[in-house]
Amino acid sequence: MVVIPDIIVQGLQMLLVLLLAPLLTGFVRKIKARLLRRQGASMFQPYRDLLRLLRKEVVLADNASWLFRVTPYVTFAAIWVAAALVPTFASGLLFNWTADLIAIVALLGSARFFLALAGMDVGTSFGGIGSSREVMIAALAEPAMLLIVFCMALVAGSTQLSTVANFMASSDVGLRVSLGMAVIALIMVALAENARIPVDNPATHLELTMVHEAMVLEYSGRHLAMIEFGAFLKLLLYVSLIACVFLPWNIALFGTGPLAYAVGAAAYVVKLAVAGFLLALFETATAKMRVFRVPQFLGAALMLGLLGTLLLFVSRSF
Amino acid sequence: MMSAVALQMVGVAGLLGLAVLAIVLSRSKFATAVIYGATMVICLAALAGALRWLLGGPVDATGLVLPVGLPWLGAHFRMDALAAFFLVVVNLGGAAASLYGLGYGRHESSPHRVLPFFPAFLAGMNLVVLADDAFSYLLCWEFMSLASWALVMAHHREAGNARAGYIYLVMASFGTLALLLAFGLLAGPAGDYGFAAIRNTPHTPNVAILVLILMLLGAGSKAGLLPLHVWLPLAHPAAPSHVSALMSGVMTKVAIYGFIRVVFDLLGQPTWPASVIVLGLGSITAVMGILYAMMESDLKRLLAYSTIENIGIIFVSLGLALAFQANGQKLPAALAFTAALFHVLNHSFFKSLLFFGAGALLTATGERDMDRLGGLIHRMPLTSFVVLIGCVAISALPPFNGFVSEWLIFQAVLQSPGLPQWALKIMVPAVGAMLALAAALAAACFVKMFGVTFLGRPRSPAAETAVEVDRYSLAAMSILAALCLLAGILPGPVMDALSPVAVEMTGGRLPVQAHAPWLSIVPISESRGSYNGLLVMVFIAISASLAVFFIHRFASHALRRGPAWGCGFPDSVPAAQYSGASFAQPIRRVFGTLLFNARDHVEMPAPGDTRPARLRIELHDLIWEWLYQPLAGAVGYAADRLNALQFLTIRRYLSLVFATLVTLLLVLAIWS
Repeated sequence: MVVIPDIIVQGLQMLLVLLLAPLLTGFVRKIKARLLRRQGASMFQPYRDLLRLLRKEVVLADNASWLFRVTPYVTFAAIWVAAALVPTFASGLLFNWTADLIAIVALLGSARFFLALAGMDVGTSFGGIGSSREVMIAALAEPAMLLIVFCMALVAGSTQLSTVANFMASSDVGLRVSLGMAVIALIMVALAENARIPVDNPATHLELTMVHEAMVLEYSGRHLAMIEFGAFLKLLLYVSLIACVFLPWNIALFGTGPLAYAVGAAAYVVKLAVAGFLLALFETATAKMRVFRVPQFLGAALMLGLLGTLLLFVSRSF
Repeated sequence: MMSAVALQMVGVAGLLGLAVLAIVLSRSKFATAVIYGATMVICLAALAGALRWLLGGPVDATGLVLPVGLPWLGAHFRMDALAAFFLVVVNLGGAAASLYGLGYGRHESSPHRVLPFFPAFLAGMNLVVLADDAFSYLLCWEFMSLASWALVMAHHREAGNARAGYIYLVMASFGTLALLLAFGLLAGPAGDYGFAAIRNTPHTPNVAILVLILMLLGAGSKAGLLPLHVWLPLAHPAAPSHVSALMSGVMTKVAIYGFIRVVFDLLGQPTWPASVIVLGLGSITAVMGILYAMMESDLKRLLAYSTIENIGIIFVSLGLALAFQANGQKLPAALAFTAALFHVLNHSFFKSLLFFGAGALLTATGERDMDRLGGLIHRMPLTSFVVLIGCVAISALPPFNGFVSEWLIFQAVLQSPGLPQWALKIMVPAVGAMLALAAALAAACFVKMFGVTFLGRPRSPAAETAVEVDRYSLAAMSILAALCLLAGILPGPVMDALSPVAVEMTGGRLPVQAHAPWLSIVPISESRGSYNGLLVMVFIAISASLAVFFIHRFASHALRRGPAWGCGFPDSVPAAQYSGASFAQPIRRVFGTLLFNARDHVEMPAPGDTRPARLRIELHDLIWEWLYQPLAGAVGYAADRLNALQFLTIRRYLSLVFATLVTLLLVLAIWS
């Protein structure tokens, strides 16, 4: 069978994102701590956190329904599938064509839909406030994301991530104003989607300004582990997305053999480290904004996406 | 052997016969079972006939002329691929509503007001789709409107229903007037009202754009295009729930059929400014519809507003098809057109399902206000499960069907750089962003609907003691939920079935999806974009199972139930939960401040005063206040003035008649 090596590579990719995701979050936390002149926990602390949560018992609210117990697995699975469909070290993997970028964004939407419902399940105000704000941020981020996709598809002629990555890597795309705008917009959307500063603060648990953490407040034990793992994966997904579209150097082309894959993987890890460092730097340098400043922030992303698209209409070389 | 259209007409005759039978039987206790059962059988037969046409290629294209109607014209009926597709939508919806009615109809307080009109309404919708000349089209359209109006007025003593029926009647008459003018323009001075003759007459661009605008007014008022949507959130909820499902899920689609028939079929080659109008109206309708829904706390009104959103999405897609068609780009036009039809089908599935769900809640609790429900996932597990599927599907989330049609529309949007006109080049990405906004808001809206209604703790005694609904209702909802999933994971066969319609209307043929590997859908070419619902579904299932397996193999199994963490305020009352209005607050504040003039007023009692503090939300329906109220005021004023004409002497009446006659003759003399 000719597909067996392909399936192995695809499986490796799924395993790789799973293994690297907590490390990326741990790395960002470590860098943030160092930038604040703190010692910080080890980079491997997220793995320990996950294991600790897995060993703990689940405390479930009295009136929690089956939906509350199913949601962690559904969201984890949806995010994992989405993360596995983004090219990391190699493009053109076996199942990359299963879903294009629009579908990947929608898969993350499915995960959020269930998480927001779970926030409403117990019937406390914390869950409600988190859910309602999360869906508001999503409603603002999604149009911006579509315009970014549009901008990318105009340049590369496809919404298929593998094709986009190959196009960006191979031909002489060069520096373009429109892509510059798209990458800034994408970073802004990624910050909002991953509940990072300045939209949300991933480090706090008990502040009324929070969004994502309020929504999952009722979760504990293995359920919380799944949700945290999903959040780690989502961060990795967005970093991989930005890397594969805007920094596709050394990404292995499909079927180029183990050596190219190894080089691609090494380059990928370097890209993750750079992105993690920049994220930590950015988060340390800015403050969280008020919830109702988020529309302006994401509106700016939307406008950048639109401007990038319109520039491409003026001339394909922008 | 009878022709296909004759067989469909036999079904229609059967439905009309049932309407008469229902009048006779209405006092009998078997009436509900007999009428709904027979309606379901006839709808299934008609569905089979339409499906055979759509899947098996044209059986025969002969029309049918009945010796009724205008004496020199007769009544023409004909079936083609477009009609066959809409017959599928109508009769599938009809069969599901009848099955649901078998259970739901037993709780009906006045069956004699519902039973005769239900089959008549379905017959009317079938006839509109089959009609092949303008006269019978309008006649059947009016029949459909009146039958649905009678159903809206079924519970006419309930507060608000009479007003809903009145506004519906006014808007329906207005719509028919616009259609009448449109067909008059199409037939031209020669006045041949057969569709075949209209199709063969060339139309000048001015007539074409005028007809398009009249169709947007006529069909748009029935479908719910902004700003003609006002009757929809009043009338759809007033009818019994299975009729609401038919009105929202099916009748709006018949209006879309009318629009497609005239604009794509009868008018001939479109011009690009037409598409700008349709795209603009569609995208505004989509966003405003879902924002209205977001502000709503009445379940059925929320669903009716969400119908407006989906109509907007369909019109956007049709507008894209017009834009490509005007520039002779057949393949993208076929893609956008297929996407529109796919969304028509999808919306008929999940909107019927959700209205059935609202009906089930109404049966179980007697409540339509979601702020008095809650916690029903424990009391009604099956209903909540199928409604959850409907909510995921309507929110355009994979792997369900709503996502597939939205994905196809986005693929069509991405084809727009090929359009030569600058206006369209700039407009289409913006319209795409509006669609994305509408989709995200729809997800927010249905998180709110499901979360407030089914999750949390019960907010009223009725919600606390609700019981699961009957088997017929559950069966109808489960079938629709299964169809939502099937169309989502196997979109290829659906697209192939829609292909003949797209070929007939746009002349473009998409690649045969059955040839794509692994059952994916590849609308243009694989390098441009492909999607595989089945594999996405399988992957999610595998990864979720893997996660569950590892967790249950290696993680702790301990589970303890405890009170929810109250943040220092234990035992909060259920009324303190997030309600529909509080869930909508962030979105109301972001979008509603401008679009609804929304304000939150906090009324704080003075210190020492023991009255509770109150939060009052002020919302304005600006379309109603700025467009309809002045219009109604003007009409009322004119009526008051003209009232004087009622009390004239016979001499004055005669002189008025004489003056009119002279004026008309003068006009005629100057004109010619």
